[in-house]
Amino acid sequence: MQIRNQIICCICAVTMLFIVGSCSQQGQTGALNSSLADRSYVAPGEHDEFYAFISGGYSGQLSIYGLPSGRLFRVVPVFSVDAEKGYGFNEETKPLLNTSFGSIPWDDSHHPDLSQTNGKVDGRWCFINGNNTPRIARISLSSFETEEIIEIPNSAGNHSSAFVTENTEYVVAGTRFAVPVPQRDMPIEEYKGNFKGALSFIKVDQETGRMNLEFQVMMPGFNFDLAHPGRKKSHGWMFFSTYNTEEASTLLEVNASQNDKDFIAAINWKKAEELIANGQFETIKTEYAHNVYEESTHMATSTMKKEVKVLDPAKYPGLVYFLPTPKSPHGCDVDPSGEYIIGSGKLAASMTAHSFTKMLDAIENKKFDGDAYGIPVINYEDVVSGVVQQAGLGPLHTEFDNDGNAYTTFFISSEVVKWKVGTWEVLDRAPTYYSVGHLMIPGGNSQEPFGKYLVAMNKITKDRYLPTGPELAHSAQLYDISGDKMELILDFPTIGEPHYAAGCPADLIKPNQTKIYELEKNNHPYAAKSDKEARIERNGNEVHVYMTMIRSHFTPDNLEGIKVGDKVYFHVTNLEQDYDVPHGISIIGANTSELLIMPGQTETFIWEPKKEGVWPFYCTDFCSALHQEMQGYIRVSGRNSNTPLKWSLDGD
Amino acid sequence: MKILIQPSLALLVLGFLISCGSSPQTEQAATNLAESHPKGQASVKDDVSDANILQVAIGSEAHSTLVAAVQAAEIEHVLVNAGPLTVFAPTNGAFDLLPEGTVEDLLKPENKQALATILTRHAAPGSFNVEALKREANKGRKIYMATGDYLEVVVDGEDIMVGGAKVVGTIQTSNGIINVVDKVILPE
Repeated sequence: MQIRNQIICCICAVTMLFIVGSCSQQGQTGALNSSLADRSYVAPGEHDEFYAFISGGYSGQLSIYGLPSGRLFRVVPVFSVDAEKGYGFNEETKPLLNTSFGSIPWDDSHHPDLSQTNGKVDGRWCFINGNNTPRIARISLSSFETEEIIEIPNSAGNHSSAFVTENTEYVVAGTRFAVPVPQRDMPIEEYKGNFKGALSFIKVDQETGRMNLEFQVMMPGFNFDLAHPGRKKSHGWMFFSTYNTEEASTLLEVNASQNDKDFIAAINWKKAEELIANGQFETIKTEYAHNVYEESTHMATSTMKKEVKVLDPAKYPGLVYFLPTPKSPHGCDVDPSGEYIIGSGKLAASMTAHSFTKMLDAIENKKFDGDAYGIPVINYEDVVSGVVQQAGLGPLHTEFDNDGNAYTTFFISSEVVKWKVGTWEVLDRAPTYYSVGHLMIPGGNSQEPFGKYLVAMNKITKDRYLPTGPELAHSAQLYDISGDKMELILDFPTIGEPHYAAGCPADLIKPNQTKIYELEKNNHPYAAKSDKEARIERNGNEVHVYMTMIRSHFTPDNLEGIKVGDKVYFHVTNLEQDYDVPHGISIIGANTSELLIMPGQTETFIWEPKKEGVWPFYCTDFCSALHQEMQGYIRVSGRNSNTPLKWSLDGD
Repeated sequence: MKILIQPSLALLVLGFLISCGSSPQTEQAATNLAESHPKGQASVKDDVSDANILQVAIGSEAHSTLVAAVQAAEIEHVLVNAGPLTVFAPTNGAFDLLPEGTVEDLLKPENKQALATILTRHAAPGSFNVEALKREANKGRKIYMATGDYLEVVVDGEDIMVGGAKVVGTIQTSNGIINVVDKVILPE
């Protein structure tokens, strides 16, 4: 006993020494680290303060994160198929991926933006662009499902998209690549003066969110890069950055960098609305798909549209003005007051802040420096308000806080620089890891940013994480910007390549969640809303199985009379009315993904049995204590057999 | 002596950690964690889904004794689980049929485990509504209860008896079935 006590005392002393040692170390670096950790720490069971909607880049999707924890909550499939969720595989969502080029299983998603009311983020919808085959998608922030995708005709490389005006009147989509309009077979070298750059204005129905391509402003063949809406005093205008005003079609890295200044195009969309209302437009033939997912039928439809209204800016004075901006500007960002339009010339040594007030004055007093294709070019000196000098190298994008500060990313010098709007002085700078592209402050594209956190989204990861072979997740970094100095508090990985992101307080979205789909409101034509409605119908070699699922069985779970060569439609309804109880289903040899069916929802997959036999199917989502028992069998008979159609559960 | 040293060591270390700068936020978070989910899944707020077994029972005046017993046994989380679960729910009247003092006795903290066992004998994995119960009887299958017991289902005219208790009503809930019974089902 005595010896044990001594040993324990000894351990005690050693432990104390160790703690003293580690504590003094903490005093230098550890204490700081631990307080930083606290700032991004969200305790188990607690919720994040902000949602972050981060584009999935070349995954084609939209990812949903929490801030400040950096936890990934969901990947919403948008432009790419997603076998996990059956998106683009089940019959109901296939039409969403239809285009005038046919069905496309992938795209490159870039810039999410949130719907607004009175210049404030309102938590209804998230819009995002598909870059490669030009499209805009609308995602419901109740169901977190893609509800609509509209193709953008006369465009290519849908990059200066999908930015939302102050009352979500419009979502804009500007083409990055100029193309012949209408498309035709012509020599590439005849680009200059012949190719066009379409800027599309998509009207949003305030009740349903439904989108309609209202009109296109048919601009000269420049590259349109990014855009942001005017706000407050500049509401009614949309600003697009351009590069390649040289109209080069080859070796753009040299040939599109010849002009000292390119333009920011200021579009007066209220003027455009007047012109449309007065019938002062052209209608041109084109072809684009408009795909809508209807929640009540749990089903999407695709409609091909055939024409679009077009405005030629040279014909209508007052519709478009050019603001000269050095040098191949990328980001085009409007401060929360609506007064300053920031052009980040990615090859320039400085950034340009144009003044909206000066712009209106210059227009009124015709302070123009000629025109480009009939569009007035405002004198640079008569529109520029300030220049942020030598802030860094390679400025790309700017966001704002609610205290009159701006934050700009610099790709080449790999940093975020904080500067003062109005005085243009640099206040702080913080390195990023590495080569940052976009940044996001929740509410960034609105009158009211929430200037507490800043997310920097980087293009290069290198040594930031455990290595995973040659391809690494792109890194994002979270900075606390509530103080004078930006403080890096968290690193987290992202999916695809995050371009832009949007964010808002979680309280805007949490109360409006769809938790289940009410069975009574399920208008799917093939729904079976109770076990009694479960059945099989044959029509030639087409077989429709009306199946239900509830913890923990399928009805029916024994099916006979299916033949080789049949096309079997499984229409499966989840009868649960309980939050977070989806069921899945798949069958051996199915040449498609599983279905993952939410409570009250109906989904369909097609199975074309190729071999005689008895083939099992099962629930793919661990739904309940008896999940492993949730299975069934289908008997497949020979092509010419007489096996009668028969279905049962528990022999009944 | 050993007993004395250990707490004092713990106190010393604890005191030291605090002086070393354990943040108030972390302590707060730890407290919140303890308070936020005392009943596990039973504390999830959900006013959209159909009511689950526990919510239906709580809303039933005829089952106040059962609910009190479930709470005393601290098995609420079982009744909100994904299940599927069938609960044979004795009414207050059923509990009254027990010898006097039995319920009071079972509700004492020291009898928590015994109470939990008795209650668990009323729960079966699976969904057994009236049709399913009749099917069990017809096919001569017994119902496997969560305690490992097997209960016989007997159909007698209009009546369905399970483990000797009569089913007097059936309620479909979001996570299973409640069959209201007129007796507490005791071990044979």
